[in-house]
Amino acid sequence: MVPGAFNYYRPDTVDDVIGLLGEWGDDARVIAGGHSLIPVMKQRLSDISHLIDLGGVEALKGIIIDGGTVTIGAMTTQHELITNDALASAAPIIREASLQIADPQVRYLGTIGGNVANGDPANDMPGLMQTLGATYHLAGPNGGRTVAARDFYEAAYFTAREDDEILTAVSFAATSGGYAYEKQKRKIGDYATAAAGVLLTMHGGSCSAASVALTNLSDTPVYCTDAVDILVGSSVDDEAVAAAVKAAVDVSDPVADTRGPVDFKKYVAGVIVKKAIESARSRA
Amino acid sequence: MNEATPPKEERTAALSGLGTSRKRVEDARFTQGKGNYVDDLKMPGMLFGDFVRSPYAHARVKSIDTEKAMALPGVHAVLTAADLEPLGLHWMPTLAGDKQMVLADGKVLFQAQEVAFVVADDRYAAADGVAAVKVEYEELPVLVDPFKAESDGAPVLREDIADQTEGAHGPRRHPNHIFTWESGDREATEAVLAEADVVAEEMIYYHRTHPCPLEPCGCVASMDKVNGKLTVWGTFQAPHAVRTVASLISGIAEHNIRIISPDIGGGFGNKVGVYPGYVCSIVASIVTGVPVKWIEDRSDNLMATAFARDYWMKGRISATKDGKITGLHCHTTADHGAFDACADPTKFPAGFMNICTGSYDIPTAYLAVDGIYTNKAPGGVAYRCSFRVTEAAYFIERMIEILAIKLGMDAAELRVKNFIKKDQFPYQSALGWEYDSGDYHTGWDKALKAVGYEDLRKEQAARVEAFKRGETRMLLGIGLSHFTEIVGAGPVKNCDILGLGMFDSCEIRIHPTGSAIARLGTISQGQGHATTFAQILASEIGLPAEDITLEEGDTDTAPYGLGTYGSRSTPVAGAATAMAGRKIRAKAQMIAAYLLEVHDNDLEWDVDRFVVKGSPERFKTMKEIAFASYNQAIPGVEPGLEAVSYYDPPNMTYPFGSYICVMEINVDTGTTEIRQVYALDDCGTRINPMIIEGQVHGGLTEALAIAMGQEIAYDEQGNVTTGTLMDFFVPTAVETPNYQTDYTVTPSPHHPIGAKGVGESPNVGGVPAFSNAVHDAFRAFGLTQSNMPHDHWRIWKTAQSLGLHD
Repeated sequence: MVPGAFNYYRPDTVDDVIGLLGEWGDDARVIAGGHSLIPVMKQRLSDISHLIDLGGVEALKGIIIDGGTVTIGAMTTQHELITNDALASAAPIIREASLQIADPQVRYLGTIGGNVANGDPANDMPGLMQTLGATYHLAGPNGGRTVAARDFYEAAYFTAREDDEILTAVSFAATSGGYAYEKQKRKIGDYATAAAGVLLTMHGGSCSAASVALTNLSDTPVYCTDAVDILVGSSVDDEAVAAAVKAAVDVSDPVADTRGPVDFKKYVAGVIVKKAIESARSRA
Repeated sequence: MNEATPPKEERTAALSGLGTSRKRVEDARFTQGKGNYVDDLKMPGMLFGDFVRSPYAHARVKSIDTEKAMALPGVHAVLTAADLEPLGLHWMPTLAGDKQMVLADGKVLFQAQEVAFVVADDRYAAADGVAAVKVEYEELPVLVDPFKAESDGAPVLREDIADQTEGAHGPRRHPNHIFTWESGDREATEAVLAEADVVAEEMIYYHRTHPCPLEPCGCVASMDKVNGKLTVWGTFQAPHAVRTVASLISGIAEHNIRIISPDIGGGFGNKVGVYPGYVCSIVASIVTGVPVKWIEDRSDNLMATAFARDYWMKGRISATKDGKITGLHCHTTADHGAFDACADPTKFPAGFMNICTGSYDIPTAYLAVDGIYTNKAPGGVAYRCSFRVTEAAYFIERMIEILAIKLGMDAAELRVKNFIKKDQFPYQSALGWEYDSGDYHTGWDKALKAVGYEDLRKEQAARVEAFKRGETRMLLGIGLSHFTEIVGAGPVKNCDILGLGMFDSCEIRIHPTGSAIARLGTISQGQGHATTFAQILASEIGLPAEDITLEEGDTDTAPYGLGTYGSRSTPVAGAATAMAGRKIRAKAQMIAAYLLEVHDNDLEWDVDRFVVKGSPERFKTMKEIAFASYNQAIPGVEPGLEAVSYYDPPNMTYPFGSYICVMEINVDTGTTEIRQVYALDDCGTRINPMIIEGQVHGGLTEALAIAMGQEIAYDEQGNVTTGTLMDFFVPTAVETPNYQTDYTVTPSPHHPIGAKGVGESPNVGGVPAFSNAVHDAFRAFGLTQSNMPHDHWRIWKTAQSLGLHD
């Protein structure tokens, strides 16, 4: 299992990356951590003639927390997400989710940008970004633009990013209140059988804000609007939780694979969402 | 002339012989990445071969266009069946008396079957060549269900032998039928079952899985056209057998073939067979005149080289009302895939499946096995077990549990009631084996006490009640397993592979200064032979283990032997080692007698020396004797100190053990948490307790994998759905529980040092322990049988089918 021949580039700036993408068009791909792309290349499922490594672009790295807004450069690794204490205070759900991605060796190389931009519904970060209501920052030949994470995913591997654009950063508001990212998987290194991210803010016994999103339970990450509507304004009692869980499961649309059949996945989705809501409530 | 003799204990300890937890001498190089594996081999001008593989499970090959591939830079040759046919090498014999296509001859019969072999400058150019070969296929109906193989309209898979009504193992009743193999007394068993108080009946499926060694299969073939010698370095568990088979197939004289197994990164049965890659590499080296390397990738290994298990075992077991077993009937449908490439002794096409009466005194039994062709990869190897012994052990340990349910008895009590008793050994089983030694009750009692069995049952009962009250969604399973293995194949009178008797060998050469080299017919794949065989020898000849070099795997230097699999190294080659050591000692005794000017019979052996009886101050150490053997003219005695032993074992050995697993099961998610695994092994005399413990840990982890998630699965079109490590479960440290090991010692009466072998026991005993734990958790809710692997969704389905989600 070895890839075909390709040209390799390691530019220093975002402009150079955009320039190379413009030059080579469909024949070029950018590579971040490589965990998704390299297996595809080795299996020769994708014919890539020009590989543009983002590892040399310093502008894509780093975590900035400024006035309640968190901005994370696309090439920030999952290891860095876990070990950044300021980030853990500003949005502790990031650390909780990142620790559930594979193992340390994978996380030393895996990046937040690669994870969200690839459009693989099995990745954890897209679901997490739905939960956070994040904004994606894209750069292209006509300059920069932003897209809401909740508008980014169209279908598996199809996103709002144009072929000549790259994702440079994600940003979101610092969180307060309860949080949880729950995931069931078969083993270390596996994708989720079902996973869910939940944020929950309580005021005087009532839920003032909530967010619920699902990972690997449809061909895109799923933000569960109905579940959120049920939770907000409720006391997050058993009845509200049950209704929210049902609403979340109703919008899931998993496919059967070696992890199990659809009825099993939907059932487990319910268990996982419930666990996440209860965990978030206990921390709110 | 001699210094004061140190105490016996001190001299014994200095040898690091039998019973010592000696550190593995191999580890220094393995832990530093300094091993020398096949893929480490680089030779001047060496080319690399890679396969074009079939995307279809069953298809006719209409055409193969190699033109574009040949035009690529770096591509030297593309071999197809048409190129191999003039050499008679487009098919090759399998170890099971069948034949197998080396390259697709007109059709393909399983996904990933070898279709063409591209030879190129390196593996990148070879892969480019593979991508450029154009093969036109015409899809044919696919057969993946062995129970549909003989139905009307079933596609005929093996057109080459469709008309043959006689196979290697007797009559064939259908083109997709390979053999029927029987053991025991059918009529008597039917009669016992018909009259029995209680009969439990169940289909037990042991799913298809794969040994998946860390290092896949591969080789480097080098034909030296100047001297006519063929050298093949490869991942061979049986290098001598490979040499003989290679000679028989190719017509190259056996002395002109040299097979070398360098360091091997795990075998587990996967590296016993002969694969198309070996044949193609050899042919390619002959054609190109330079060495050719072929190394599988992970998916090649999982999808094309030998699988394990895939036995559908229909069982009936009968007992009296109070639980005394009276009879056992088993009919097995064995899915062999496209070619019968099982690695079994010739007379045993279903291996030693007839050990399926297990640890129990079952007076009457019958076993029939039907081998079936399907559109799946060939194999059927003994994955960390003796031939089909895991299947047998799983079958009987499930049937015991099912009978216990039917009787309303505790499954531990049912076992105790039916164990073969200590004073019944040697025990003749109803299916024809003579168990050499055993003491099942002692180990079992020890195991039950160790885990606090009675308290566990009380806790389980309380858990069931709490579950019914809605207080918990977790169930508790107690998985019991008592296995008896049959290993050490085997006596030449009934064990051979392709006519090669299954003895093994050891050759020892003592150097003048009292160190030694020993060579064996086996080959370590991680078992630590260089450590343990030196220990056997140290105890036999009184030289420190650290002064004894072990060498295996080079057919030009090692004595002939049948290799390492089926836990046969210690029972067979270990015995040969001890016997060769005894020959050394016998000659040493003559030399010592001459030096001490006494009669041979006046000497006695004392750890590391011969001592004159009654005169402890008069002795000769082995070191002194070794020097004298080369340097002193002794009348009537040839110089030198060497010995060779070829050991044909009088019987198999029968290791046994008591394993218990305590498991928590979440009925909503299907997830499991293993709370305790207790494994008591009795492998007879223990050579190196630390290595035994390591072997038990490794085997239990593979057993855990198999029971809880590891499978080679096919969809209805014959596509492999578990062809990478994403879906094929290999546990990491995170999924691996703690193991608690224990032992009893019941030596084998016929083995020179009483050792029985242990490497495979934990896989044989572990799978039923884990699987029984899952079943046991649901026993209170009416479950009798569910299929492995017990991954999350299957456990969830079980819970759902029992109404536990309502």
